[in-house]
Amino acid sequence: MTFLAELAINGALVGLMYALVASGIVLVYKSSGVVNLAQGGFVMAGAYLVWAYIARLGLGLIPGILAAAASMGALGWLTERLALRRMIGQPVIMILMLTFGLEVVLRGAVPGALGADTKPMPIPISQAPVWLGDILINRTYILGGAVAVVMVALLAVFFRTRAGIAMRAVSDDHLAAWAVGIPVERTVALSWAVSGAVAAVTGVLWGAVQGVDWSLSLLLIKALSVAVLGGLDSLSGVVLAGLIVGVFESVISGYVDPFVGGGTREVVAAVVIFLTVLIRPYGLFGREVIERV
Amino acid sequence: MFYRECGVRHTTYAADRALAVIPFERALLVLLIVLAAAAPWIVTDLFLVSYLTPWLIWTAAVLGLNLLMGWAGQIHLGYGAVMAVGAYTAVHVARAGAPFVVAVAAGGLVAAVIGSLFGLPALRVRGLYLAMSTLALQVIVDWILVQVPAISGGAQATLLVPRPHIFGILLVTDQARYWAAAVFAVLVALFVANVRRTDVGRALIALREKDYAAAVIGINVFYYKALAFFVSSFIGGMSGAALAFLYYRAVTPEQFGLNVSIMAVAMVIVGGLGSIIGSFFGAGFILLAPIWIEHGLRELAAALSVHISPSTLAHLPLVIYGGLITGFLLLEPLGLAKLYDNVRNYLRVWPFGYTKK
Repeated sequence: MTFLAELAINGALVGLMYALVASGIVLVYKSSGVVNLAQGGFVMAGAYLVWAYIARLGLGLIPGILAAAASMGALGWLTERLALRRMIGQPVIMILMLTFGLEVVLRGAVPGALGADTKPMPIPISQAPVWLGDILINRTYILGGAVAVVMVALLAVFFRTRAGIAMRAVSDDHLAAWAVGIPVERTVALSWAVSGAVAAVTGVLWGAVQGVDWSLSLLLIKALSVAVLGGLDSLSGVVLAGLIVGVFESVISGYVDPFVGGGTREVVAAVVIFLTVLIRPYGLFGREVIERV
Repeated sequence: MFYRECGVRHTTYAADRALAVIPFERALLVLLIVLAAAAPWIVTDLFLVSYLTPWLIWTAAVLGLNLLMGWAGQIHLGYGAVMAVGAYTAVHVARAGAPFVVAVAAGGLVAAVIGSLFGLPALRVRGLYLAMSTLALQVIVDWILVQVPAISGGAQATLLVPRPHIFGILLVTDQARYWAAAVFAVLVALFVANVRRTDVGRALIALREKDYAAAVIGINVFYYKALAFFVSSFIGGMSGAALAFLYYRAVTPEQFGLNVSIMAVAMVIVGGLGSIIGSFFGAGFILLAPIWIEHGLRELAAALSVHISPSTLAHLPLVIYGGLITGFLLLEPLGLAKLYDNVRNYLRVWPFGYTKK
């Protein structure tokens, strides 16, 4: 029983951190209808940048993170400005492959430039676990879960601001938003920038959990499963879906992994994607305007 | 000039629908086939084994995927898993003592059955959601292959492939393997080229353009979608088996991971959706260009005596490969086939360019 509770609690916290990665995907999808398959690469690049700013340039912790968030925001903005905007009207496979090509470039360029070996994320979190009765909880997970909740809450507040309302209008209908004078292109670019900045913050947390190297980009599958289950255009869905995916994955892999060779975690996420698409493609909270066959 | 259509008259429907209408193209095809057959005496063994053979087998795989993506318009991000199923089935069948041709066909058949599973979501959703569910299935199939010892022999295991023999002739030399790959690629190309001319091919194209409209004019959308997934997976499975037998000579799960699926899609897109010659171009370009560009950069760096760290060099192919994908999508979304087509259209009317349609 303790084992189960431990798995569930740690899984829930990890799930919230998945939700943070997924929120970047949701932000972009909401505004432009593009699923950014490079989000994993963005997270990796963000983590590398934080590491580089703090460990190489000697910035402090907070300035380092802020600088990385600003750089990643710029990268997101540039991605939209230089690449995605030219792809408007192209078939969806072209746009998906473009973001995947970007992912491959990031996966090669960032470790190539900053070093491929796994680096510790230089943030002061003690490795000692927190004991909750008999239950052992990873300190980094607690911080990660808390930051994830705060970030998603901040994003929810952001959608109440002027720019956020414009973004919601754009996600509803590009043409109508245009007609009432909302700068659609600039709004879409802004969503890419915000999603880049979120990726930098996510990178700090995941870098602290598993070290900074290329494997951070593998978070993509988890993030996709969370985003799809929650509904691709629902920010609140991301939190609940993150909890569900996190708990399921942790509990199932905790009980199944000893019997098979491991690697169950990836598969749980993949099964979630597959079943969601088959049974309820618009996810838990997504809008039901889906292209049906 | 070269592609002169002057004097090409079609007096029968059969002549009009021929695979190569322009005489110059027919001559070009014959020349290419002769060159391909004589390649072992023209190029070095290393070039034959490490470039030509994988290129031809990959072309067959890309043709299969192109049938699905270019003609039927269905996205598939899990083609590597389908190829893996084909490769593992073929190897197990061959280890049980079956001849090469039977093993490859069995690989294709099992891959087609499993691959139709990938098509299951296609009957309900399309586009983005289809892409994500095929991506998920790739991960699931990969995991099953690795985890079931009866298939892969366990997570770290490598299965040795028995020597292929065709009709009692053992394919031991590199040349024999190359010829087998070439024959396979030509057969697949002929098949796909002919599918395009049949009612099935036209139904698939109608499906791609708008499945709802296709249904209205009497095309059974479910049937043709399932058929497209089945046939393309059959070709993919056979190509996976061919890769295992003729190129790798051993199978591990990593040979057919997610990256391989992405590579296959990149080949289709860079080559050109719905183009046969594009499949040849795309497979060759994605397979060989990163190697050659990296070599070129290495030598350039040496010539200019600029030092590049080994870590940067190791990641260079990845950057080039990703850059090629993004670059092509941004600058020439119709791929290399379109570039070839531009040249061809220009030469068809040269020097009377103003007569261009």
